[in-house]
Amino acid sequence: MVRLSALATGFTLGLIFAAGAAFAQTGKVTVVTSFSKDVTDPLKKAFEKAVPGATLEVQNRNTNAGVKFLEETRGNNQVDLFWASAPDAFEVLKGKKLLSPYKPKATGIAEKVGSYPVNDKDGFYSGFAASGYGIMWNERYVKANKLPTPKEWQDLAAAPYFDHVSISAPSRSGTTHLTIETILQGEGWDKGWRTIKEISGNLRQVTDRSFGVPEAVNSGQVGYGIVIDFFAFSSQGAGFPVKFVYPTVTTLVPANVGIVANAPNKAGAEAFIEFLLSPTGQEALLEPTIRRLPVRPETYAKAPADYPNPFKDKNLQGLLTFNAELSESRSAAVDTLYDQLITFQLEPLKAATRALHEVDAALAKKDNPRARALAKEARDLIASMPITAAQAASPEIRAAFSGGKEKSARQAELEQQWAAFAKEKYAAAKAKADEALKLAR
Amino acid sequence: MALAGTRSIGQAALALAIALFLSVFLVMPVATVIYVAFTEKGGGALTLVNFQDFARTDLFVRSFWNSIYVSAMTVVWASALALPLAYLTTRFEFRGAMLVQTLGFLPLVMPPFVGAVAMQLLFGRNGSVNLLLDEWFDFKIGFMEGLNGVIFLQAIHYFPFILVNLSAALRNIDRSMEEAAQNLGSHGLRLFRRIALPLALPGYIAGASLVFVKVFDDVATPLLLNVKEMLAPQAYLRITSIGIDDPMGYVISVVLIGVAVATMWASALVLKGKDYATTQRGGGGLARRKLKPRESFLAYAVVILILALVLAPHVGLLLLSFATVWSFSPLPDGYTLAHYARVLGDSSIYIKNTLLYSSLAAGIDVAIGGAIAYLVLRTKLPGRQWLDWAASTALAVPGVVLGIGYLRAFYGVKMPDGTPLAALWIVIVLAIAIRRLPYALRAAYAALQQISVSLEEAAENLGATKARTVRRIVIPLMTGGLLAGFVTSFATAAVELSAVLMLVQSNSDAPLAYGLYVLMQTPAGRGAGAALGVIAVVIVAICMGLAQLAADRSQRARGLDI
Repeated sequence: MVRLSALATGFTLGLIFAAGAAFAQTGKVTVVTSFSKDVTDPLKKAFEKAVPGATLEVQNRNTNAGVKFLEETRGNNQVDLFWASAPDAFEVLKGKKLLSPYKPKATGIAEKVGSYPVNDKDGFYSGFAASGYGIMWNERYVKANKLPTPKEWQDLAAAPYFDHVSISAPSRSGTTHLTIETILQGEGWDKGWRTIKEISGNLRQVTDRSFGVPEAVNSGQVGYGIVIDFFAFSSQGAGFPVKFVYPTVTTLVPANVGIVANAPNKAGAEAFIEFLLSPTGQEALLEPTIRRLPVRPETYAKAPADYPNPFKDKNLQGLLTFNAELSESRSAAVDTLYDQLITFQLEPLKAATRALHEVDAALAKKDNPRARALAKEARDLIASMPITAAQAASPEIRAAFSGGKEKSARQAELEQQWAAFAKEKYAAAKAKADEALKLAR
Repeated sequence: MALAGTRSIGQAALALAIALFLSVFLVMPVATVIYVAFTEKGGGALTLVNFQDFARTDLFVRSFWNSIYVSAMTVVWASALALPLAYLTTRFEFRGAMLVQTLGFLPLVMPPFVGAVAMQLLFGRNGSVNLLLDEWFDFKIGFMEGLNGVIFLQAIHYFPFILVNLSAALRNIDRSMEEAAQNLGSHGLRLFRRIALPLALPGYIAGASLVFVKVFDDVATPLLLNVKEMLAPQAYLRITSIGIDDPMGYVISVVLIGVAVATMWASALVLKGKDYATTQRGGGGLARRKLKPRESFLAYAVVILILALVLAPHVGLLLLSFATVWSFSPLPDGYTLAHYARVLGDSSIYIKNTLLYSSLAAGIDVAIGGAIAYLVLRTKLPGRQWLDWAASTALAVPGVVLGIGYLRAFYGVKMPDGTPLAALWIVIVLAIAIRRLPYALRAAYAALQQISVSLEEAAENLGATKARTVRRIVIPLMTGGLLAGFVTSFATAAVELSAVLMLVQSNSDAPLAYGLYVLMQTPAGRGAGAALGVIAVVIVAICMGLAQLAADRSQRARGLDI
């Protein structure tokens, strides 16, 4: 298939070769990446074939370590490209002036995938593939525990899912962060956090590694996971009994590549970006071990029948226009809020949630208006937030995280305040729920 | 007088050389990273306010006590696992003692990531054991739930520290001590409690303090169980999260280092003022008693039971490496050799690098650890304790901090051809050596504490120089302990990842742990990772078996000499 398409798109390929020739000796191109061997090996092979004389030296590091590495070695940089999923990592690199701008010459690349712009607006990094978030589950686990099949995020907040769901912390996973931010932008600050906390009350665990979630679902340690699509697809490819669904409101996030500032082989780096965006490079993304969504709409013609297509499928069009500036302005606050209100308060939150599930079950059998009112009060207590949306993006709070002068409190003080706030509210909610349970029974 | 002068000059020079090595490769790189703990965020002015924040934050205080609890309980359980193995295999005529010693050491060699997955598959909420329990008896055991889960896994993982050091110490005890006690009518448990254990105390303390500090500073196991409310995971999560530059992660690192030093200081205090040395080495260690048939049966039952428990993760790893799909079932769905086929091509370079790096690192560790032990215990140099403490802080420095420190300190230093110093593979070796130095140091320390200084005095009275005494008396007598140190450093170096991950610059310089990491970055790749993990464990086991063999030979040879 790849060979056929290479013939068919000979013209574009010709351009690539021309570009390669223009850059003369491409030589060794060094790339720091968080992608697995499954992803890098086929692309390395295809790149070296498409651009004769080039070799791709892959340094595998997780995203955080990669960013730190570039930061620490900037004085004597030996790396040409940074290649990873999380757009926020690229934002950090950009902020630290560790990237150099480059505008790809390739044409026919979509401006937006879903509701997210493919390329950085300042031209420091380019999207080459997209991935969406959704819910993955283990069929054997679900069958053994007689659990339902989810469709929407909100489904995960229902009583049967209690203690069966897993997520990675948004402070640890750029893609989870974007999912949380999407819910917040889609539903508004207060309603959004209410949804997030209701789902989180059912969590079994909050992992610190993105792939801790698919691992737990694949091995059957948890039933459901909130994951990026290719984790589910490649697990299916390996034969695990797992299913995946995109909820109606999902975020498609581009995976990116950017040239490192002072790259020793800038020409080679540019050639690699052009290759990734070329028809050949885009088609390579369809391989079963990679399974990312191409950013070149025409490539989908060559995809297998059931392959998701963000340019056609209705549920992937995205109802929401993602506001990247808003997201950026409060990202540290949102991450820290999630950690302090949920990750490190998971036990009290789960205790209150479990009690509320019991109240609901009792009320379903025999209604009791007083208990219903108490349960609502308890839910409001859980949903209450220590700061408003405006405060989250305010200079005072932002400065607390960045160390700026406008800060009203140090980050550690804020964290302690928020944690204490959550602890108190969850305890109060649990007390109310227990009271309601007595009345309802 | 003049002679004494040159002696102490020689000692001082050695101490200075070690101090220089430690400051260049440990103190300085680490200091470049954790000084942030003492500065105000954004401003850079020196302050202690971050430490106040630490004490005021519930989460950190809770994490601190959780860590203390888990570390202390792990020492208790690890001792319960190690004591029978060490005592039975050194004290009695026990067939397969060497095999038990080697197998009992393997839990330390648990490859990162895959080991964790294997344990979840066996002991997790829906692991093999719980699925079977649920099917047969309708209940599950939360082996891996919360703090107790951490204690369970840590005890299995780290008890070899106690086993190795205690066994080495027991072997070093002169048989005449025991014979004297037996002649006076002591036997059985009393003999163990009053003679063998007290004399072996340096070895036990060396192992137990290592377990305590190691568990206190371990990141991987709590995070595998999603236990984040412990101190080391808190530091790790903060240091490795991007975008938020937060001094608290480094504040916690300083606290971790403080706890490590305090532990080493306390363990020295326990042994202070007592003399553990015996002058004779006749026949190499305790007299080995014969077990009566019933005792023998009981002993084998205990040993097999303990080994079955502590080696379960490796069995899981082996199964995983042959498994096609293993999901929500007691055993894999099917078996295949494909994972081995996949890693075989890549792994030869990883294996070569791992053996090279680990043996170099362990060699450095034994040399420096032995030298520090000698300087601390046998000389009167002022400030010699600081060498011990400085080296011990390496236990508490998070690997990622050391990695960043190395980049910061050595990446700017260019080689003649322009490549950075930090890009050379020898830097990886140094980082691993520093991380594993405390293991060898503790082993050497314990070994030297058991040697009577009178043997050295005798040699010097007969006209031997200090250097000759060390070469002909001290080092041969310390061999067992030094070898224990070498083996511990070597085996654990083979699976070191966190610092390595920061420093590896190209695939051709990468050790096995890095190869494992690369393979594990995908949910579909666990089988291949497990296969590489099995290869790592087998290689380390073979090396350790050889080392044990050599140790046995040398013991026997010396036994015959006398």
